[in-house]
Amino acid sequence: MPVFWRRALIFILCLMPLVWLTAQALRQQLGADPAKTLVLNTGHYTFYFLLLTLAVTPLRRLIKWRNFHCRWLQVHRRMLGLFTLFYALVHMLAYLVFILGLNFSLFGAELVKRPYILLTLPAVFLLILLGITSTHTMMRRLGKHWRRLHSSIYLIAVLAWIHVFLQVRSSYADATFFGILVLLLLGVRVYWKLQSKTHR
Amino acid sequence: MLIRRPSDIPSSEITPEAVYRNRREFMRGALGLAALGLSGTGLAEPAHVTDESVKGPAWLECKIRSANTENTKSSDILTPYQHVTGYNNFYEFGYDKTDPAKYADALRPHPWQVEIAGAVAKPGVYNLEDLLKGLDLQERVYRLRCVEAWSMVIPWIGISLADLLKRFEPTGAAKYVAFTTLVRPEEMPAQKKRLGTIEWPYREGLRLDEAMHPLTLMAVGLYGKILPNQNGAPLRLVVPWKYGFKSIKSIVKIELTEHQPYTSWSAIAAKEYGFYANVNPQVDHPRWSQAQERRLPSGLLKPNIIPTQLFNGYADQVAQLYSGMDLRKFY
Repeated sequence: MPVFWRRALIFILCLMPLVWLTAQALRQQLGADPAKTLVLNTGHYTFYFLLLTLAVTPLRRLIKWRNFHCRWLQVHRRMLGLFTLFYALVHMLAYLVFILGLNFSLFGAELVKRPYILLTLPAVFLLILLGITSTHTMMRRLGKHWRRLHSSIYLIAVLAWIHVFLQVRSSYADATFFGILVLLLLGVRVYWKLQSKTHR
Repeated sequence: MLIRRPSDIPSSEITPEAVYRNRREFMRGALGLAALGLSGTGLAEPAHVTDESVKGPAWLECKIRSANTENTKSSDILTPYQHVTGYNNFYEFGYDKTDPAKYADALRPHPWQVEIAGAVAKPGVYNLEDLLKGLDLQERVYRLRCVEAWSMVIPWIGISLADLLKRFEPTGAAKYVAFTTLVRPEEMPAQKKRLGTIEWPYREGLRLDEAMHPLTLMAVGLYGKILPNQNGAPLRLVVPWKYGFKSIKSIVKIELTEHQPYTSWSAIAAKEYGFYANVNPQVDHPRWSQAQERRLPSGLLKPNIIPTQLFNGYADQVAQLYSGMDLRKFY
């Protein structure tokens, strides 16, 4: 499949979660507290896309079985990253609009008092920065600094996990699930770094 | 079905008396919902309405049907039945709000026994039927405020805890009442899992004066029907001026103790969940504000966000229990 059509297909697939959520919302199928459901679901999808983005390079490097490979994912990594930003913004917006009722003074108070929000805000700002610098032009302009800047996705992953962990109430299932995946995806980078060091 | 004799009408078709008496409330509730819808929330009656009657023993159905409904006036709009029974925190059945409704069918609430223990003259293990024998059930419409900042308005059917406890004659040594929930991993799947934060059984407690307060209710039904499993069948506590986690479900043991009892959420996070857990907009949960709440069902476009009231609006009736007490210290 030519890249353009593959891109279009993946774009549509990435939008599906939001389309589905919107449809459910309009049909009153989000339960008695749709605000909470919406915020929770968009949060989950943000994390899923973050994990997918982080998985592209490991999948490309590790999966080589006969003719099957994952190199084709590389070209779509930017889109996955941008969708991470997208769902993060939807998640934040949903919280502001549907939970806080656009009460900005309450948001200010909450921001200062709640570590799980305070620690995540830098992650969102970073994601926005990564989004702005995701274009080819920016890649050229920033040169070797681009790689450094975009490796902050690792920090974002850790902050996102802390955001989940700090909200654990009834069950460690979410924190454990995301934690294991973040550990694996970051761990594999640590492993490669150590490997390249010994080969020098 | 041709009705020739009264006995032709199946009992499931007869509107329970309490529901019938509450039809004005229902109309108000339905109108309220319609008003919300007209005002642009897009809120309408949800797609499916569960109309099943809850199965239970005949003696219980009979008692509930003859419940006293004199005091069931409410200025609050009732939360519709399908939300009351479809949006629950009952972690024994799973951690999603829809899990209890999905999995609580596995629970066998009858026959049920409750152990009455501790500083009482008549301890023992009693059948539910004997516990309630001779006591008339009442319908009470209470607000229920969850610590997670959502709330509902529910027409419970039950008896005062005070009336129940008096039968067992608490002695002078009794200062607190401790409650314990069922442990039955084969019927309550999440009790088998490892990643939960609660150490089963779920336990809660009240100070004796709180337990003997006329508002404190032991519920066996809601909306004129037998209490559904996901709402804590067959017997649960309702303490309307406290956060919902104090209203322990599916009670198997009531113990009168001298010392403040173990309470599950305080054990998980003592800084976040106190023993008293009185609803208080001035005292935040460490991780979120308690100043406002979402009264469910809450629309998306026009969220039903209302300011939280001290003691959940029952200050007139319960504030004297805490006079002189620092509510920030004893949260």
